[in-house]
Formats: sequence, structure tokens, C-alpha cells
Amino acid sequence: MQFLSYLINGLGLGSVYAIIALGYTMVYGIAKMLNFAHGDIIMVGAYIAFFAITKFSLPLPLAVLAAMAVCTVLGVVIERLAYKPLRQAPSLAVLITAIGVSYFLQNGAQLLWSSSSKVFPSVISTGGISLGSATVSYLTLITIVTCIIVMVCLTLFINKTKTGSAMRACSEDKGASMLMGINVNMIISITFAIGSGLAAIASVLLASTYPSVYPTMGSMPGIKAFTAAVFGGIGSIPGAFVGGLLLGIIEIFAKAYISTQLSDAIVFGVLILILMFKPTGLLGKKINVKV
Amino acid sequence: MKEKKSILSFGGDKKQRGRFLSFAIVIIAYIAVEILMKTGSLNSLFTSLLVPITCYVVAAIGLNLNVGVSGELNLGQAGFMSVGAFCGVCVSGMLAASIPAGIPRLIIAIICGAILAGLFGFVIGIPVLTLQGDYLAIVTLAFGQIIKSIFMNAYIGMDSEGLHVSFVQSNFKLQPGGKMLLNGPMGATGTQKIANFTVGAVLIIIALLIVYNLMFSRSGRAIMAARDNRIAAESVGIPISKTKMLAFVTSAALAGAAGALYGLNYSTLVPNKFDFNTSILILVYVVLGGLGNMTGTIISTVILILLPELLRSLQDYRMLIYAVVLIVIMLVTNNEWLMTKWKSLFAGKAKGGASNG
Amino acid sequence: MKKIIKSSLAVALSVCMAAAMTACGGSSGASSSESAPAESGAATESAGAGATIKIGGSGPLTGPAAVYGQAVKNAAEIAVEEVNARGGLQFELNMQDDAHDPEKAVTAYGVLKDWGMQASLATVTSAPGAAVSPSYAEDKIFAITPSGSSTSVIYADPDNLSGAFGNVFQMCFTDPNQGTASADYIAAHPELGSKIGIIYKNDDNYSKGIFDTFMAEAAAKGLNVVYSEGTFDDSNAQDFTVQLGKAQEAGADILFLPIYYDPASLILTQANGMGYKPTFFGVDGMDGILGLEGFDTSLADGVYLLTPFSADATDELTVSFVSKYKQKFGEVPNQFAADAYDCVYAIAQACEAAGVTADMSSEEICTKLVEQFTTMTFSGLTGSEMKWNESGEVTKSPKAVVIKDGVYVGVED
Repeated sequence: MQFLSYLINGLGLGSVYAIIALGYTMVYGIAKMLNFAHGDIIMVGAYIAFFAITKFSLPLPLAVLAAMAVCTVLGVVIERLAYKPLRQAPSLAVLITAIGVSYFLQNGAQLLWSSSSKVFPSVISTGGISLGSATVSYLTLITIVTCIIVMVCLTLFINKTKTGSAMRACSEDKGASMLMGINVNMIISITFAIGSGLAAIASVLLASTYPSVYPTMGSMPGIKAFTAAVFGGIGSIPGAFVGGLLLGIIEIFAKAYISTQLSDAIVFGVLILILMFKPTGLLGKKINVKV
Repeated sequence: MKEKKSILSFGGDKKQRGRFLSFAIVIIAYIAVEILMKTGSLNSLFTSLLVPITCYVVAAIGLNLNVGVSGELNLGQAGFMSVGAFCGVCVSGMLAASIPAGIPRLIIAIICGAILAGLFGFVIGIPVLTLQGDYLAIVTLAFGQIIKSIFMNAYIGMDSEGLHVSFVQSNFKLQPGGKMLLNGPMGATGTQKIANFTVGAVLIIIALLIVYNLMFSRSGRAIMAARDNRIAAESVGIPISKTKMLAFVTSAALAGAAGALYGLNYSTLVPNKFDFNTSILILVYVVLGGLGNMTGTIISTVILILLPELLRSLQDYRMLIYAVVLIVIMLVTNNEWLMTKWKSLFAGKAKGGASNG
Repeated sequence: MKKIIKSSLAVALSVCMAAAMTACGGSSGASSSESAPAESGAATESAGAGATIKIGGSGPLTGPAAVYGQAVKNAAEIAVEEVNARGGLQFELNMQDDAHDPEKAVTAYGVLKDWGMQASLATVTSAPGAAVSPSYAEDKIFAITPSGSSTSVIYADPDNLSGAFGNVFQMCFTDPNQGTASADYIAAHPELGSKIGIIYKNDDNYSKGIFDTFMAEAAAKGLNVVYSEGTFDDSNAQDFTVQLGKAQEAGADILFLPIYYDPASLILTQANGMGYKPTFFGVDGMDGILGLEGFDTSLADGVYLLTPFSADATDELTVSFVSKYKQKFGEVPNQFAADAYDCVYAIAQACEAAGVTADMSSEEICTKLVEQFTTMTFSGLTGSEMKWNESGEVTKSPKAVVIKDGVYVGVED
């Protein structure tokens, strides 16, 4: 029953992608920008958690909180310094700035923490539950459960709270929300804070599953998560969740049953196919363009 | 928005001036560099940068046609460059025996690279151009990755029995004395370096001629109309997908030509070179130079390639400073208040400039 | 309007750049007659120009491969300091960043040439090495790469191992040597395992090169390779569960890992999580796994590797190098660092033997050093009695070691 264990591994990988994709999709939905530095915020989170555990010997929950605190502050600071002045600028200018921020974080991390990788301590117990012949490690279970919890909380937050409605309003129409008395700048900052906080959670899960922490560790998961967000329909929260899980499963299955060399090509090929039939992703809203 | 309008309002004298300026810059720069080279006062660093600069300029001009003029964000330009590069390297390798002279072989390789990349552009354009906005961007990114994966798994070689192509390494065997043209992830090695700066400069001129002729022709106006308002353009009978495809394929072909020149400038070429980061790099050149502004693209490409080299003395801090410069440039050029200040400062400086030399 | 301002800004910038360019050009053109103004913060130039022999080199000091470039730079710095402290021969080191990109390596070569490099550590990684080796050959500058192990670094036609550049040498084994040696070792020690699985890195010259020759030699020796489709590349170098699952399914009881220690540490961790326990067999890239910050060394227990260098060796040279490196950079040196250290000492030995002085031209130095390198023997961190052939390949014997309780233990043949 190798199939089952591939499926579970795929779900685990997919859950990590999904949490990262949630950050991408929230920022996109509200600020309408592709935050290419998101992956690098994950990297920072992983370093913070690493040092919290090894240098200050904090327990895992505190380490996660520390990483969340640092990432949230970092996200808001980046937004204020680099993106806010460009609110009125063309979206491509913001994209390039985000790339600049990404370079900055990667190179800053290399200078601060050196380029050699650090092994993330295995703080989550290594055992697992056996399902027939396949074993599900606790880590994979925790990853999947965390992902579901985050998704549910986020959906409740967006739909039930006042700030959440304000966010939805901003994503529909910024100008109109401003006229309704919503502090749009504040809402965007909150979005970045939440997105970066999620990145911190993702970073701990990512670093626990693949225990290697290095300055460019965020870029590839970042691109994959971005793809996942598009898979599901960028801007849609359930979409990011579904997209992330699908991407993880497709990636693992492509490796297992087709070719380890072509797994990326297959993932992107499926993406193109989906977009050809559903041009706004699986759960994305249809865009109505008016003249 | 202003950017877009300024292209549309190109007309009469101003249009002539813009085109003249970009040709003049290229020609003057070319002559200046040639003089410096002839007198031996250009150092090795800059000499080694000349050809890659021309390659990136051509690829960036192509991308600007796509992003600036046609208004479609393309994150896979490096993919087209790699098609051109590997095609060019293979063609040059195959013709090495029959055409020993470098320049004609280089020209044939560039043409082949451009045609193949254009073809790829056409095939990719069919699904891509039905999409809009960021979805289109992600599909070009996906194609860029797929093209990279394909080259990572392609084995092409030539021996006494002719050309061999395979996607599985284990059944790939060459006769003794055979030459691998493309060895999967190891790429092409032992390439004859036949690229030179003059061909690069001529290629820029040709790229500018093609792009300007397209921009200021009937199809060019159709492309821009489709960019500014798709539905309105459709309603006046402009075939949207055809015009967009024209821009997309031209852009891909230019990238292919640039890639072929690039590939033949190095003795080794790996598929990993043309990854997402390279696509982004070219996009940065285009955005910084101004959407639809070819002169700006040329200048920003040159500056952004030279900048990290000039920062080498900062050693480990080099790329950090580069990132800061990039962010600051974007913030400053998009800040209305600062730009007005700069304008008045610059006007003052220009007056005093003559005496300073 | 904004566009015009933007382009005028760009023009202004480019004028500045052009000025810088010609200024640099001017100074380098004149440097033969007068001492050029120090271009960067390089080491102190005492007692007039030309008192030191200028040694260049490039490697990835930034980007994903930075760990290798930094290790070489650090170790070379230590070696240069030591050589200079002995008095006599004086070196000056200039390591440039090439970000593991052939294009940047060529520009870095330009920088070094303008600086007046007289001998070189070539490049740290293989693909950039293949791009600059022809230039070293053309300009007749002696080069010895610490870790550019691909055959394309020293041969113009690597497919047929012909057309050696002649003045580009290697301090590390060529990849074919490692692959063959590993296959031979496994063939000679059937107790390690009989069914071989392999996981290698598809887009890495080093890993791919070892894999190819390992497969060839395994076929020649009649080894039973049960799983060899397990590759990965940069974009999916994190999840190995599939490859490990497949290897386990195929019944592999020895897993050959011709990869660097970073992904290897992930493989060991994930295999442990799956309860898969074959014999792991690595090559020199595996060295460094014990020095990884935070790595649970018990996972590496029983890992075999063929390596010319081990940071835990107790000979005087290794101990002094490792402690100096730790003190200066706070990390345990890996095999890249050891190779770089040896490179500097080998150049020093050859220079002393040939009577090379700093006022000689690079071409003259090149001829003398090539003559020395092809005839001398050198003992250093990564082996004793090393010799080089005319093509620049090194002959040294890798030692098989096994990791027990977090330290290397030599295995007797």
C-alpha cells in the first residue's frame, strides 16, 4: 500500500503549501499585489524559531509565538516602508519592489546568520500511527490539522468580524470602502500582519518537516505556494487551501508514478490545463469586465 | 495610467525624436566602446560584459513589447531565451565543420534561435492569450519552468552517424569521437565562443527597428488599443487574439535571438541559468526603464548590469546594497513629490553641466 | 512628463557609469607603468608594488550555493595568512563572487584580470569553472580549482577526455574517479549490502558526474543496482519521501548518495522517520554532515563515506587548521575549505621550488608552476603524496570512513 503513504505525504506537503498560499492569497485579495517576499518571511520565521529553540531553549509553542511576533512586525514594517508609498503606483512597480525586498531579506539573512544551513531540531515527536502498512507520522498529522484550523479560523475571521467585513469591502472596492469610513491603510497593514503571522506558522511546519534552515529556503516553497494560490483561484481563501493540497498531492504522485525529474513540469502542466478550462482557478471568482 | 497615455500620445515630432534617440544612443555607445577597445583602454571586466549586455538589452526590448506595449505580464522570458540559446548552440555545433567562419555561423544560429523561440511562443501563446492579468502571468511562469525541465532532461549529441536526440539518458550512446551538444542538466560544454559585440549591437538596432515598426504600424495601434480597453477594441473590430499573438511571438523571437547570442558567448551553458530569477531580472530592466519606452529599457538594462559590478568592492554587502538601491529607485521614481523636486534640481544641474564637463 | 524625467534620470546615471568605466579602463591601461591605485579594500600593499603574488579566484559568495564559496574563501584566507607569516613568499588573495553562474564567473574573471592576478584558485563550482577555464588557458594564467570536480573544468572536450587546458589543475578528485572508486569499494565489500539504490541530484554537475561513472563501473563489476531513478533538483530538494519509499520498495539495502551533506541530512532524517534503515554510502560531499548546526548525529551512525578529508582527524595539520577555522569563523570547516587550504599551500610549495617571485609576469609564473605541478608531490589536509598528471588531474587515495557515535572511524581494507 505505497499509494496510501504517498497520499499522506502529499497531504502533508500540500498543507504546508496551503498555509503559505493563504498568506499570498490574502495579500493579493486586499492589496492586489503579488508579494514575492512572502517566501522570505517564512525563512526569517524559521530562523527565529530555530534560535528560540536552540539558543534560548524555549518550548515549541513559545518559539512559534516568537516567530509569529517577529514575522508580523517584519511584515508590517515592510509594508509601511516599501509598499505603502507605492499605493498609487502601477502594480508592476510594487512587484519589482517586492522582488527587491526578497533580495534584501535573503542577503541580509546570509550576512546575519551565515550561508551554511542549520538543522531544525525535531521538537515534534517522531513516532506515528500505522494505517495498515503505511505510517502517518505525528508531524504530518499536526501539519494537516494545523492547516485546517488556520483555514477555519481565517474564514470565520473574514466572515464574522467587523475587521473581516472591512477586509472584504476593501477587496471589492477600495474607493467605496474609503468613502464608507474604512481606514484602508489600516486594513492593508492588518492583512500583511495576518499573512506574515501565517508565514511564521508555515515556517515552523516547513522546517519541522524538512529540517534544513538556510537563507534561500523560502523561495521555492514561495513560488510553489503562489502556484497553489493560482490553482485555487487567487484571492479566494478556500481556493488557496484546495490549491495547496492539490499541488502537494500532484507533486508527490508525479514523482512516485511518472518521473522524479519531471515532477515540476507536470505540476505546472496541470496548472496550465486547469487554467485553460477554468481561467480564474478552481474556486476563483469570475471577473466581469465592463467597458 | 500616465505611462500608457504617453505612448498613445506619441505623434509627429515627438515620435520621431523618441525613435531617433534610442538609435542614437546605441550607435554612439557602440562607437565609443569600439574606440575604447581599439585604444586598449577598456578593462577586461567591461569587455567581458559587452556581449551579455547586448543580449539582455535585446531580450528586454522584446519583453517590453509584451509587457509595456501589449500589456501582458510575462514571467517566462528566460524560457524563450533558453530555447534560443540551446538551439543556437546546437546549430553552431552542428555547422562547426561545414562553416568554420564564426560570423556567418553566428548569424545562422541567431536566426535559427529566433525562429524556434518564435515557434515556441506561438504554441504557448494559444493557451496563454486566452487568459488575462495575473493568470496569464502565472501561466508564462509555468511555461518557463516547463521549458527549463525539458532542457534539463534533453540529451542531444552528434557523431559519425548523425544527430541523436533522447530524453532518457540510459539509452543514449555516442560513437567514439562524438560530441555532446546538450548533456541534460550539465547543459552544453565546450562551445566555441563566436559571439561578438558588433553582432550584438547590430542585433539591438534590428530589434529596435522591428519593435518600432510594429509599434507605429496599424497592428501596433491595434495592440495598444487592445491593451487599453479590450472590449472597446473588440467592438471596433480589432482581432484581439491575433494582435496579442503578434506581439507575443515577436517578443519570444527577440528573446530567442538574444539567447542564441548569449549561448555562443560562453563555453558552457546550463539550463538552470534560465530560471525564474532570470525572467524576473529582465522584467526589472523593463519596468525600471519605463513600460513601452525602449530607450529607457536600454539604459536601465545597462545600468542594472553594471551596478552589481561597480559594487564589487563592497564584497559581501554587494547584493544587499543592490536590493536597497532597487527598492529606493522604485520608491523615488514613483513618488510625485520627489520627482518634481528632482526635476527642478536636474534642470538647474543641466545648466551648469556644460562647465563641469 | 514623468517618463521624460525618468529617462533623463537614467541618462544622468549612465553618464556617471560611463565616467566610472573609462576611469577604470584608464587606470588598468596605465597600471603596467605606474602603481595602480588600490581598487578595493584588498590586503595591504607594503614595500612598493609587486611585493606580493596576486592570487585570484571566484566562487558563489552569495545565493543558494554561498556555503561552498564562503568555505573556500575563509580557508584560503587562513592559508594565505599562514604563508605570509612564514616570511619569504608573500601572497595576496582576491576572491570574487560568481553566484554559481557561468556568466558572473566570466565577469569575475575580468575583474581579477584587471586587478593583475598572477595565479588563481579558478572557481569553486564546476559549471562556472567550465566557463572560465578556456580564458585561463588563453591568457596563460595558472589555475588550480579546489572543488570544481567536473571533467569539463580541465578538458576542452570533456566527452572524450581530450584537449586538456594544461594549466588548469584540480585539487579534488574528478567526478569519474569518485564514482569508480565508490563502485569498486562497494563491490569489494559485499557485506555492506548487495542491492544498491541511488539518489542523486540531477541538475548538479558533481552529483550527476559521479552517478554516471558509478553506473558504468557498477555495470562492469556486475553490481546489482535496483533503484536509480531517484533524482531531485534545486526546486524539489526538500521532500525525499518518494525516492526513499521507492528504494525501500525495490529492496535496496545500500543507498548510494553522491550528493552534498545538506540534502543528505534531510534524506537521513526522512529515512529515519519512515523506519527505513539501509547502509548509507556517501562521497566527499557528505563530509560536513557532522558539523551541521543542530544535526542529530546519531542519525548518521553507520554512514560510510569515501573522503579525502575529515575534520575529526587527529593529525597535527588537521587539528591546527580546524581549530583556527573554528576560532575565526565559528564553524567546522568542510571538505571545500580543506581543498582550498591545500590549493594555497600547493601553489606556495610550487612557487618556492620554482623560485617564483612577484615581479614575474603571470605567463612566466604559469610556465614554472605547470612544470612544478606535473613533477612535484604534495602532502596536505586532503591527502599525502598527491601528484598531478599533464591534464591537471590529481592522484590521491580516498579513505573509507564510517561514522560511529558522531565521529569518523577509519575502515581498514
